[in-house]
Amino acid sequence: MDDRIIEKLSILADAAKYDVSCSSSGGKRKNENKGLGNAEGMGICHSYTEDGRCVSLLKILLTNHCIYDCAYCITRRSNDVKRAGFTVQEVVDLTINFYRRNYIEGLFLSSGIFKNSDYTMERLVRVAKKLRLEHKFNGYIHLKTIPGASEELIKEAGLYADRLSVNIELPSDNSLQQLAPEKSYAQILQPMKDIKNQLVQATEEKKLFKSAPVFAPAGQSTQLIVGASAENDNQILQLSSSLYKDYNLKRVYYSGYVPVSTDSRLSILTETPVIRENRIYQADWLMRFYGFDAKELLDEQHPNLDLDIDPKLSWALRNPHSFPIELNTADYEMILRVPGIGVKSAKKIVSARRFAQLNFDHLKQMGVVLKRAKYFITCQTRSLNRRDYDMQEIRNRILFGDGSVRSALLTQQLDLFKQVS
Amino acid sequence: MYLYTYDGTFEGLLTVVFEAYERKAWPTSIVKEELAQPFMFGETITVVADEDKANRVWKGLQKKLSVGALQALYHTYLWEQANLEQIIFDYIKLAFDTSESIEGNYAALCVLQVQQAAKQVHREKHRMEAFVRFEKTADELFYATISPDFNVLPLIIRHFEKRYADQRWAIYDTKRGFGAYYDLTSVLLVNFEHAPSRYRVLPQGVLATDEDKYKQLWQVYFDNVNIPERKNPKLHLRHIPKRYWKYLSEKQPRMLL
Ligand code: SF4
Repeated sequence: MDDRIIEKLSILADAAKYDVSCSSSGGKRKNENKGLGNAEGMGICHSYTEDGRCVSLLKILLTNHCIYDCAYCITRRSNDVKRAGFTVQEVVDLTINFYRRNYIEGLFLSSGIFKNSDYTMERLVRVAKKLRLEHKFNGYIHLKTIPGASEELIKEAGLYADRLSVNIELPSDNSLQQLAPEKSYAQILQPMKDIKNQLVQATEEKKLFKSAPVFAPAGQSTQLIVGASAENDNQILQLSSSLYKDYNLKRVYYSGYVPVSTDSRLSILTETPVIRENRIYQADWLMRFYGFDAKELLDEQHPNLDLDIDPKLSWALRNPHSFPIELNTADYEMILRVPGIGVKSAKKIVSARRFAQLNFDHLKQMGVVLKRAKYFITCQTRSLNRRDYDMQEIRNRILFGDGSVRSALLTQQLDLFKQVS
Repeated sequence: MYLYTYDGTFEGLLTVVFEAYERKAWPTSIVKEELAQPFMFGETITVVADEDKANRVWKGLQKKLSVGALQALYHTYLWEQANLEQIIFDYIKLAFDTSESIEGNYAALCVLQVQQAAKQVHREKHRMEAFVRFEKTADELFYATISPDFNVLPLIIRHFEKRYADQRWAIYDTKRGFGAYYDLTSVLLVNFEHAPSRYRVLPQGVLATDEDKYKQLWQVYFDNVNIPERKNPKLHLRHIPKRYWKYLSEKQPRMLL
């Protein structure tokens, strides 16, 4: 029987790995019942794949049998792959035993659609329910909601899961119709709306009754596949921005398309460059934590992110009138917008300048990296530059200035990935 | 010039602060007794750890510092690097001598150093919480060994206590010779220093019968979530530096199917 479970695990982990979401943060489930596990606070990466992604959850499909035929998906009906399916009990056992050994923070369960949406969703819910009620499991549970599943099942799922997600996958209805003919935007957005309403309702009830049931305390997320269809970065960011605003999404994940499919409906068969995916993540990051609006980062004239430089630098170079700023007096929000200065450095600067007029030595001591920032700041009206540069010169100096800068940029943008959770 | 020696405990170090203030004799250097060299250019003061005096210093600090800063100070002690005594002393003295809060005054060297030390310790704590791997023994004890860069075992106990309330577990620091054991009610710190070495490494045959199975399943899982087209060894190593691999079952040779 062990051989069989090993085979199932390898098939169903492999099929689930293209869903890039791995966050286990934002749960509020404390271990108050002397049970197993604790999901309050930040999630932990217990390992990293060889491609450098965080492993924090047991991320598997319940089954890779599917009645749908989405062109970009390895699990699609018409694809000739080995099929397998776990029983509810097998998933429960794996989760508990991995968790007890400190391998994982919890479970991320998704599935191909077998029989019909509700039949599938019902089984996903059963796994979560069993973990919570029979095993007093307080670890993190992320359930994928199956397109077309009924509102009642989604509601029940939210009682046991910390996070629910509905994957949009393709960034426009048009592409969806071409590549996933059984799905539609309406069918995907409806459960998103349901989840949002449930979340709002649960928060309201919580205000009135302390004992009100929690509903998916870590919120909902979705995933967009980048590069399987023709949308440009501007369209993608506009969509994310409206998902954050209109559907209260916690996270939008972007998955650079890996050609797992030779389906003839796909016009693009090359792999999406990792760098494009990274740039989109950076732009997303700027929208969520740096106060940038999607419209500031891209518009019709600039429909795609610059692959050579990160979106913040790119924004700064397009807005020369905003710089240089004086670090001793500038608003925190503006310091955040200086290329090369992150949230931590900005906070340190604002904190330290209450004690002393800052100079460049202070900055260096605090670990603020000036390589790029120096073109955009002054300290006590002094600048580190010997003369004024125009933005084109700054771009060139940053990109090619001294041979190492380029790779430093690359390392730095990969650093962003650490924070993607 | 004054050389202070102490017993190496945090209490002892706080007692040094107390004594220095009593005498208004500011230390040129503070070292652990066992490391002290004969001091030729001044007076050597041997400080005996005193709970009462240490407490008075700590209480005084509580009035001056936030919980976060107190924590950072304690983390700096667990950092175990040369010169930590002087850094802690300078920090405490600055805190006592300044009327407003010194937190965030990164222009002062000791404030910056404490912040940086605490950051390193915090990072190692976080790594241990992530990379500890328990093995289940036949009598249902979940057992793990660690040998962290800094002395973070005292800092990770809370985390595991909350997480594994319903299983007995033990984590043993092989470098420092002590461990933590949770018996389903509370955590005990156990000194293994004098225990025969066979208690430090689990002997063959004491593992639960399904232990190998789950270790193997985890390896299978790890191998199958990888996307080979995107292999990025540099990034991988930055996340899990080689010195942590010894903890990770997924980094051990594959078990035979
Ligand atoms: S419904 Fe989901 S699993 Fe099935 S083919 Fe489409 S994307 Fe793949």
